[in-house]
Amino acid sequence: MQYIPQIIFLAALGFAVWFFARNVKRLRRNILLGKDIDRTDNKPQRLKKMIRIALGQSKMVTRPIAGFLHILVYVGFVIINIEVLEIIIDGILGTHRIFSFLGPVYSFLIGSFEILALLVLISVIFFWTRRNVSNIMRFKTLKGWPKNDANNILYFEVILMCLFFTMNATDLQLQLNGATNYAEAGVFPVSSFLLPLFEGMTDSTLIIVERAAWWAHILGIFFFLNYLYYSKHLHILLAFPNVYFSNLKAKGQFSHNETVAKEVQMMMDPDADPYAMPEEDENAEPETFGASDVTDLNWFQLLNAYTCTECGRCTSECPANQTGKKLSPRKIMMDTRDRLEEVGKNIDANGQFKDDGNKLLDNYISREELWACTTCNACVEACPIGIDPLSIIMEMRQYLVMEESAAPMELNNAMGNIENNAAPWPYNQQDRLNWVNDN
Amino acid sequence: MSNTLQVPTMADMMNEGKTPEVLFWVGCAGSFDDRAKKITKAFVKILNNIGVDFAVLGTEESCTGDPAKRAGNEFLFQMQAATNIEVLNAYEIKKIVTTCPHCFNTLKNEYPALGGNYEVMHHTQFLKQLLDQGRLKIEGGRFKGKRITFHDPCYLGRANDEYEAPRELLRKLDVELVEMKSCKSRGLCCGAGGAQMFKDAEPGNKEVNIHRTEQALDVKPDAIAAGCPFCNTMMTDGIKNKEKQDAIKVYDVVEMIADVEDL
Repeated sequence: MQYIPQIIFLAALGFAVWFFARNVKRLRRNILLGKDIDRTDNKPQRLKKMIRIALGQSKMVTRPIAGFLHILVYVGFVIINIEVLEIIIDGILGTHRIFSFLGPVYSFLIGSFEILALLVLISVIFFWTRRNVSNIMRFKTLKGWPKNDANNILYFEVILMCLFFTMNATDLQLQLNGATNYAEAGVFPVSSFLLPLFEGMTDSTLIIVERAAWWAHILGIFFFLNYLYYSKHLHILLAFPNVYFSNLKAKGQFSHNETVAKEVQMMMDPDADPYAMPEEDENAEPETFGASDVTDLNWFQLLNAYTCTECGRCTSECPANQTGKKLSPRKIMMDTRDRLEEVGKNIDANGQFKDDGNKLLDNYISREELWACTTCNACVEACPIGIDPLSIIMEMRQYLVMEESAAPMELNNAMGNIENNAAPWPYNQQDRLNWVNDN
Repeated sequence: MSNTLQVPTMADMMNEGKTPEVLFWVGCAGSFDDRAKKITKAFVKILNNIGVDFAVLGTEESCTGDPAKRAGNEFLFQMQAATNIEVLNAYEIKKIVTTCPHCFNTLKNEYPALGGNYEVMHHTQFLKQLLDQGRLKIEGGRFKGKRITFHDPCYLGRANDEYEAPRELLRKLDVELVEMKSCKSRGLCCGAGGAQMFKDAEPGNKEVNIHRTEQALDVKPDAIAAGCPFCNTMMTDGIKNKEKQDAIKVYDVVEMIADVEDL
């Protein structure tokens, strides 16, 4: 009988880990539906960037208020996880506060967890107010699931912190009462203020409250872990690989297409045999230029989509969005993820992808959005964790122009001019030096 | 000081068996756009004045392919690149300076993978280098004490992380440099990039250049400094839209220096 709680705990832990692993596998499979791109170079530089930007949160503070609050929650989250480790060990072994042998160190740890938990609670209340009361465009424009999802996470954190304090406060009361199994351990700078709430309760009631809070807290954490995959909150894990694999080159350097390079080289080569057969594999699918669906994108772009936490800093910096155009870099990322999830579910259901008549282009992202981009890189610069919406926009434009010849008319004129007279305007190349003698 | 510009071409140079210190890449706007031609000339005046040994490609220059690439036409871009690289490599060009950040970015970042490797500088970087070498001297002048705000071109700033060279030149002019609400890495685009210069904007509630001009007007400048012929056009149009063209002019940084030098 005495092992029943441990068995239940192990079952819950096992289920949580199994379910999480199952979704991680799915996530990985979906990301690898993307084309290959080499991001294995410059490992030390990548590591440094990850430490600075993901671990160090250096880009969060560009917006000081949100940045400061976020760092509190982030530090709180990371450090309070030491407490979760203790809870898990206690759960498995059936012990109570196993780390308490650390004495003063333990007191210091528990004391700091409590203070951090309070700071997290305060920050989360600020976050909720910013999302739901303040007039902040990037939050106001979220509707439906993305809005609820963001709020759910905040409610969740409030519940978890409250359970943490309840657990500690009742534990402290039991310690003061000298209850068996509740040896004096830890200092409780925050939850000690909650003691009046539990005044007059018998030890057995207190134990019920303490145990209930302990169980609800850890089961809540297991739930939260598994909520991640269905939420925008995956960034707490994916921000690290995302920054690590992010682009290290100058932002102005757009990737070039190797197939086109070979073709152009052939055309420029006076010795090339125009009748030579291409060496391609006959069964190979003809390569399409650019992207019309998520599988045309590369795995880093798909990782970006799962990493995006929909903060909207990109969209609020976007010149097109600021002037009322339909383009929103955040929506580009959200659409990419939604379509990727749709493709993933399709594969789950059919064994392999079965044409569903949908595409990222037109069904999710409209041409009007794509053509509104000025390629200014403001969205890329704004992202605190290295997401690159611009590269997706560019690949989709490339598809429109190279596969569908569907550029806006004026652009076709400009491109015709470049082709015919080497300038986007209809001036003669022979007149290129006339400016010297102009007045 | 003669008023005629000395603009040797690479072909001339080659005939004389000479190699210039630097190639000046003029760009399409700098060659054909009436407003941008003034920027080109201001830059050449400075080069002539301090005796920088340079040349242009002249009729052998063609569009770098930037607008084609940003519009999504990779094929046309690479054709342009291949043609230009062939010309540049034939002349054994080592160093290029250009007054257009779009040409700058494309030559610097997108030509190497296609076989074109050059040291490429934006004209503000080049002038800054001349200043550091003691070849160019800038002192005060008619912009002294004037409130100037610098509009960061996206393809110089965010795209290539160069925010200081143009500002340093402006500081040398003893101007009162004031920054707009969005500046440097958070600078707001003028609206011309990504081939937008050559098409109408998508429907919205405002033009991007008007939005940017409003940000500039908010800091009450005496003049706006730019470093890109396209930004220059967009900001000039914005100022006209606000009917401030008599009070506030848009200059390229190089024009302000040439003006001070009384060239």
